[in-house]
Amino acid sequence: MALIEFADFSFKYLGADSLALKRIKLTIDEGEYVVITGPSGCGKTTFCRAINALVPQFHRGYVAGNVYTDGKNTRENEVATFASVAGLVFQNPENQLVTLDVEKEIAFGPENLGVAPDEIRRRVEELIDLLDLEELREKHPHEMSGGEQQRVAIAATLALRPKVLVADEPTSNLDPTSAEVILEIIAHLNKRGMAVVLVEHRLDLVAKDASRIILMNKGRIVADGNPREILAMDLCEEIGVGVPKATQVYKRLKTRGVELRNVPLTGVELAELVQEATSR
Amino acid sequence: MIILEDVHYSYDGVYTALRGISLQVDDGERLAVIGANGAGKTTMIKHMNGLLRPQNGRVILDGQDTKFMSVAEIARKVGLVFQNPDHQLFLDSVKEEVEFGLRNLGFTESEAEQRCQGTLASLGLGGFAERSPFTLSGGERKRVALASVLSTEPRFLALDEPTIGQDAHQKNRLAQMLAEMNKRGRTVVVVTHDIEFVIENFPRTVAMAEGQIIADGSTSMVLSNDEVIERCALAPPQMTLAARALRNVFPEVGQRLTLLSELEETIMGILGGA
Ligand SMILES: Nc1ncnc2c1ncn2[C@@H]1O[C@H](COP(=O)(O)OP(=O)(O)OP(=O)(O)O)[C@@H](O)[C@H]1O
Ligand SMILES: Nc1ncnc2c1ncn2[C@@H]1O[C@H](COP(=O)(O)OP(=O)(O)OP(=O)(O)O)[C@@H](O)[C@H]1O
Ligand SMILES: [Mg+2]
Ligand SMILES: [Mg+2]
Repeated sequence: MALIEFADFSFKYLGADSLALKRIKLTIDEGEYVVITGPSGCGKTTFCRAINALVPQFHRGYVAGNVYTDGKNTRENEVATFASVAGLVFQNPENQLVTLDVEKEIAFGPENLGVAPDEIRRRVEELIDLLDLEELREKHPHEMSGGEQQRVAIAATLALRPKVLVADEPTSNLDPTSAEVILEIIAHLNKRGMAVVLVEHRLDLVAKDASRIILMNKGRIVADGNPREILAMDLCEEIGVGVPKATQVYKRLKTRGVELRNVPLTGVELAELVQEATSR
Repeated sequence: MIILEDVHYSYDGVYTALRGISLQVDDGERLAVIGANGAGKTTMIKHMNGLLRPQNGRVILDGQDTKFMSVAEIARKVGLVFQNPDHQLFLDSVKEEVEFGLRNLGFTESEAEQRCQGTLASLGLGGFAERSPFTLSGGERKRVALASVLSTEPRFLALDEPTIGQDAHQKNRLAQMLAEMNKRGRTVVVVTHDIEFVIENFPRTVAMAEGQIIADGSTSMVLSNDEVIERCALAPPQMTLAARALRNVFPEVGQRLTLLSELEETIMGILGGA
């Protein structure tokens, strides 16, 4: 059984003129690291919300087809059913933060799931340490900087120990080092079995971690596959995907008649491929 | 000209978010402010349009101490786009949201309408005029917030993380708009974590850490300062990593490669022009 299955799923927000998701058919398995990208407004956030039943149960509208998360139909089971399965990091962290301080915020999710108090305390301490939140421990989430809020939102979601982390642009407010650290943590948890669905515009940051990239445009999935294959496509530039710089250089060299053996995703990979080409 | 003179600010009287910021922004400049999360960038930029007032020190706008100016007076000269669009958008339609600022500044009905339409189109929001801002995607909301300020084309533009949530095309459009306004004499100050956006668009960079300015100068100089890299939590861009890895093997590769086109030419050179 797939962890997530979109079975010909379409969705239109109440009052909207056009479909936000159009006939989405795909499955995501345990252990995958899927990056979703595509132009602003193409439906990425709606896709994320459909995984944990916020669409169509909280955000209402016209629905066709079904989504099954962990085997359960998101139209037929309560939103709470999906909380421990699919943990969502909201695009706007402030909309996710509901309590009075950082400790409570991290504890909030597991408390609602009925996790034992000792275990909750352990998770809170672990995440405060992991995400470098010690100094913010007693701060009110609305009295923090944008990046601080985003780190707290990520911690609060990880505290649920979800089977799949659904992270909607989780690094958009982070400084470059924090972004790297958070993405390393996510990649590490993925290796230990947590599936990841992550929305991102700047693929420089995440292409190397992904096992699969899904490209969306105007509510549809327009490409889905191996990161190197997808990012080599001209379609990426056409629709405004933030192709990694190393991959861009590869493409520009190719138009000038120089074809490296493989498609690089990082600067170091690019350098290695250039070196390899000179020693051939 | 905006001058910040030894500005101090604390939200709670205990922890000090700004600890003596001194900065001069001249007319017609393009300036980026960088720094780690919590460094005080947002707190600083909010002082530029009077949203926050210095608890110590002064903010001087065109020679006038802003202590004696109302927010409305300051807003006529300095337009601020918030980091989080939720803090900025409060009206029922995109059109109202954008025209609100224009009307406040005394534009006539038809001027306001024209400017609103033009700006929305430039930001990829044509056809969004009647939509409620609450039904927009994250990136779209950020662009409406940008439109509400850019449409008025104030003398000073202060933009907090303008590229958040934007795809590559939208980012290019925004960069182009800012460049055009700058050519017409507008001053542009951005706060951003997007170092490539800084390198490509801003000749001057101010680096902040723990409520202070630790470097201020040409972007290439500031970004190659080791203390800045460390304390502003910068990670080397992929282009720099590529250049470094190449330099280990091909000593002819230059020290200061930053632009994609430079790296491309260097590689063509290494591979014998093919
Ligand atoms: N409303 C507030 N009340 C109390 N403290 C605050 C408030 N807003 C910000 N702070 C604190 O002031 C410091 C500076 O915050 P500021 O928002 O200026 O940082 P920033 O550089 O913009 O960070 P980011 O890159 O994360 O947006 C931080 O330590 C933050 O926790
Ligand atoms: N609550 C809503 N009501 C009506 N339309 C909506 C609502 N939320 C989103 N939309 C529309 O649905 C489409 C998809 O929005 P979505 O938020 O999924 O896009 P996105 O790919 O996440 O964009 P971004 O990169 O800007 O965050 C957009 O055209 C948007 O305007
Ligand atoms: Mg979104
Ligand atoms: Mg900020």
